Amino acid sequence: MISQQYKLVAPFRIESFFQDVKVQGSEHIVVRPRKLSVCKADIRYYFGLRDPEVLKKRLPMALIHEACGEVLHDPTGEFATGAKVVLLPNMPGKDTFYDENYRLDSLFRSSRADGFLQEALRINKQQVVPYTREGMDNVFAFTELISVGVHAVDSFLRYSHDRRDRIAVWGDGAVSYIICCILKNRLPDAQITVLGINPNKLQYFGFLDNVLNVNQLETRPQFDHVFECVGGAASGKAIDQMIDTIEPQGTMMLCGVSEEPVPVNTRMVLEKGLTMIGRSRSGRRDFIESVRLLEEDDTFAARMRQMISEEVDVAGTNDISKAFELAKNADFKVVMNWNI
Amino acid sequence: MVFAGILAGGVGSRMGNYNIPKQFLPINDRPIIVHVAEKFLLHNEVDLVIMGINPAWYQNMLDIQAKYLSEFKNLVVVKGGNDRNETIDAVIKEARRHSQDDEDIIVTHDAVRPFVTLKMISDNIAAARQFGVCDTVIPATDTIVYSDNGSYITDIPVRSQTYQGQTPQSFKISLFEQVYSSMTQEELNVVTDACKMFMLKGYHVQLVEGHVSNIKITYPYDYKVAQIMMENIKND
Repeated sequence: MISQQYKLVAPFRIESFFQDVKVQGSEHIVVRPRKLSVCKADIRYYFGLRDPEVLKKRLPMALIHEACGEVLHDPTGEFATGAKVVLLPNMPGKDTFYDENYRLDSLFRSSRADGFLQEALRINKQQVVPYTREGMDNVFAFTELISVGVHAVDSFLRYSHDRRDRIAVWGDGAVSYIICCILKNRLPDAQITVLGINPNKLQYFGFLDNVLNVNQLETRPQFDHVFECVGGAASGKAIDQMIDTIEPQGTMMLCGVSEEPVPVNTRMVLEKGLTMIGRSRSGRRDFIESVRLLEEDDTFAARMRQMISEEVDVAGTNDISKAFELAKNADFKVVMNWNI
Repeated sequence: MVFAGILAGGVGSRMGNYNIPKQFLPINDRPIIVHVAEKFLLHNEVDLVIMGINPAWYQNMLDIQAKYLSEFKNLVVVKGGNDRNETIDAVIKEARRHSQDDEDIIVTHDAVRPFVTLKMISDNIAAARQFGVCDTVIPATDTIVYSDNGSYITDIPVRSQTYQGQTPQSFKISLFEQVYSSMTQEELNVVTDACKMFMLKGYHVQLVEGHVSNIKITYPYDYKVAQIMMENIKND
């Protein structure tokens, strides 16, 4: 079957290509993406904010690694035709000693492999997770981002000491919001604080115990553990503040992506005996848990729904461009209703 | 039920040096007609795909089905007629063996348009449900000139009101049966297009948006273009 792909060929320029999706004689299933969500990493590619050498090497490439869709064909019959699935962007490498998301030979869609801006694609069954809840497709579209939050919080619960009364999250973006929601789910009795700079975005965090503007702190708070979800150039300053306010032997979860190296006050890390853990890539287990949360926890699902800033009907390249333009300035998520 | 009718009644008389009908020529190692069939077989709203094949090439299609499409149980191959309308009629007679419902829809498509999209098929089904009959078109980019004598121009329609017809063409089967049975032999001799039949009998044929890439592989040039369209991806 001939299927269309929409690839970024140069910053701001998306063109349609055709690929042959072989249907018969494969163990893989064929899926049709239906809802796609724009991520910051896609925005950096689209607007040409990545290193020119990276762009030269990776383009043309179909963008988008957050998506859900429907099964068109499963030769084994395990999935019914029309079954709804979340699409996983990880294409795991071979060394099973490591988690699939951290293997050096793993591929990630919209990074070193084509993303989901496609009419239909063949995909390994291990790279989809089914869901059944109706009316939530636009939320299941960004399960990948939710799964990153699940991955970070569950790693935190596994490795941090168990005095978890006061937890702080730096950042007022999508990852921060999701991590706060998951912390509320996992640790309902803990006092959770968010520290951000954007007063409008901080309004989304009203369900937390403390919402602080990091530029207007009157007293120096103290926390058992902290999450860094700032990323970019500001993450250095955030990490400084975190080291300053964390109690001894606390765990610092680093979840923000930075293009440039970030200096860290290692002297105080040593003095306080801190543990720093980096987590930004989720695995299949995290997707399954994210889908479970969305299916079973109505409060969590409702909070995730609030993250949708815009929905855009997409039937061609102009609509894709419109979605990226909107995503650049959206509070949280822009979801494409993919109709190709 | 929703049926797809893949029309392959032709024998490739315009295809230059090729002796085999163009729908059997390969794109990426598989016949064009297999790509077309897969698109409809995988579409979630299509219940049964019926292929109307030129009788001279019927066995070839059965062989192709066995080789490339054996996984699919919702595919039937029937012998077509002497022209396009007879082939549609043969496909519809087969559809009627499976369902007699007045609301049954058939999406008919050229076997030589492998770049049809899932969206076009969905849009056709929706339009046929709502309006009874629809045709897939794209706005004409060239100026269309009309000549009723083949020698000089007798009319130039306003370009913004002209479109190029593609397929799918879709309709309620019950309406087609009414229209087809009311056509005289004289009318059938000159009307080769199903939508034209509906128009002759006073039906409103709804437009559905096609795409410039939904090309019909008619001439060797088109076949070359189709292959180049696919090579774009190979060279990545």
